[in-house]
Amino acid sequence: MVLTQRLAALRWGWLLQWWLVFLSALIPLVLLLNAGVNNQLGADPAKTIVDELGTWAMNFLWLTLAITPARRLLGWRKPLLFRRMIGLYAFFYALLHLLAVATFILGWRADLIVREVSERPYVIAGFVAFLMLIPLAVTSTRGWQARLGRRWLSLHRLVYPISILALLHLVWLIRASYAEAILYSLLLAFLLGIRLHYFCNGRSK
Amino acid sequence: MLIRHTNKIAESEVTPLEVYVNRRTLMKGLVGLGFASAAMPAAALMQPETTDLPLYPGPAWLQPRLKTAPTTIVAKDDVAPYEACITHNNFYEFGTGKRDPYERAQDFNTDPWKVEVSGEVESPGTYNLEDLLAKVDLEERIYRLRCVEAWSMVIPWVGFELGKLIKQLNPTSRAKYVEFVTLEDPDQMPGQKGLFSSLDWPYIEGLRMDEAMHPLTLMAVGLYGNALPPQNGAPFRLVVPWKYGFKSVKSIVAIRFRETMPENTWRMTAPGEYGFYANVNPGVDHPRWSQATERRLPSGLFRPTILDTEMFNGYGEEVAGLYAGMDLKKWF
Repeated sequence: MVLTQRLAALRWGWLLQWWLVFLSALIPLVLLLNAGVNNQLGADPAKTIVDELGTWAMNFLWLTLAITPARRLLGWRKPLLFRRMIGLYAFFYALLHLLAVATFILGWRADLIVREVSERPYVIAGFVAFLMLIPLAVTSTRGWQARLGRRWLSLHRLVYPISILALLHLVWLIRASYAEAILYSLLLAFLLGIRLHYFCNGRSK
Repeated sequence: MLIRHTNKIAESEVTPLEVYVNRRTLMKGLVGLGFASAAMPAAALMQPETTDLPLYPGPAWLQPRLKTAPTTIVAKDDVAPYEACITHNNFYEFGTGKRDPYERAQDFNTDPWKVEVSGEVESPGTYNLEDLLAKVDLEERIYRLRCVEAWSMVIPWVGFELGKLIKQLNPTSRAKYVEFVTLEDPDQMPGQKGLFSSLDWPYIEGLRMDEAMHPLTLMAVGLYGNALPPQNGAPFRLVVPWKYGFKSVKSIVAIRFRETMPENTWRMTAPGEYGFYANVNPGVDHPRWSQATERRLPSGLFRPTILDTEMFNGYGEEVAGLYAGMDLKKWF
């Protein structure tokens, strides 16, 4: 009797946490929509939306990469439970970013889309990063995880080149201010560097 | 001394919408004329259409002159809304965000203003802007502005032909170029304090003498029938409508006549991406993005206004002769 009650409480606690994380990750999108409806996106709303969605795709990608170091360095195990969701949010914001570019900037004009994807190095870097995210999103389910077994882990190591391509995409866009790119670069250097450190020291766990 | 030229006015005090619409119709009547054959009456000055935003009447000595400037050149395209024009600016002295200048430049002190004239010129010296302007007539000109970032706007400037001022300053025969310098004042311009900016201050730009003397080359002191807002380069800026916007240097404190080609800030930062001439040219892409098309702001979200960029921003008929025989792929 007491046991069932405790189990039920745990279940409710877990559900609450799940919804909290799930809804929090939607806040950037809600704020953006709200600003759009209230005409607060400036004189070039298309550019504001595209930049904002791209920034959040990167934020969630960096956050995904921070979960393992957080466990190793700080002993935080809870975020592990939400890694799949956060990774999927990175994909979700990247997808919206791409749709926003195609719709608001390029007006779905085929000639412009082909031109951008074939000629612009920063677009190619970003687009390839997105394409590589697709198999990760598709195989994020437990079913696929079981089906792929050990290969699942190898496949999901794609997140490292993806993050480097995303960073390149950002750096290539700089006109004069390096502040943002330096921040993302330092964070990524730390997040990948710590993995390299553990790898070289042969500590698998 | 700090003088603010911003104030907000009541709805009832501004031009009735009907009058504004009529003016716009009047302007559209000039479609295709380019240069209007006769100067428009002063009342044709383009006025801001909304009142929630700050207005910039300018110093007392300038106001009456702004209000009586005739409209002489009218781009056929629709003029940008006032709000877009005063809140979407590349003015890195006030920050790299498009809205930074609007948010950070409102206390920028632009009157009195001094301009140093030096170099290969017979009347060097430091002039009060007011005295320089006494030498010229003001007019309103509606020009397309094409940013190197592939967006564009149509803007109603009030100003004067640079060439007419240059003639009165008497450059010597050795003057082949004109260099312009923006104010450097980190106390007023927070963007100049930035640690991670690749730009060197002060911002400098230059024109070849024949470009500076061209009748389309404007020195602006006004916008929408009022004074220039600080975020748009008050009190005194260059406007070269056939070149990318970064050539049109803002808040000018020095004009130098030179025998040799001056540097320009963006070219110093990235010589492979920005040239001295920086003529609008759909055939020469920026190394990182295309210049073949542009987004005309404001652009609808679901039906973006994508236009084919025109050679010399559509002013080729007037200015192509300046570059006869030049390889514009090399001299981008």
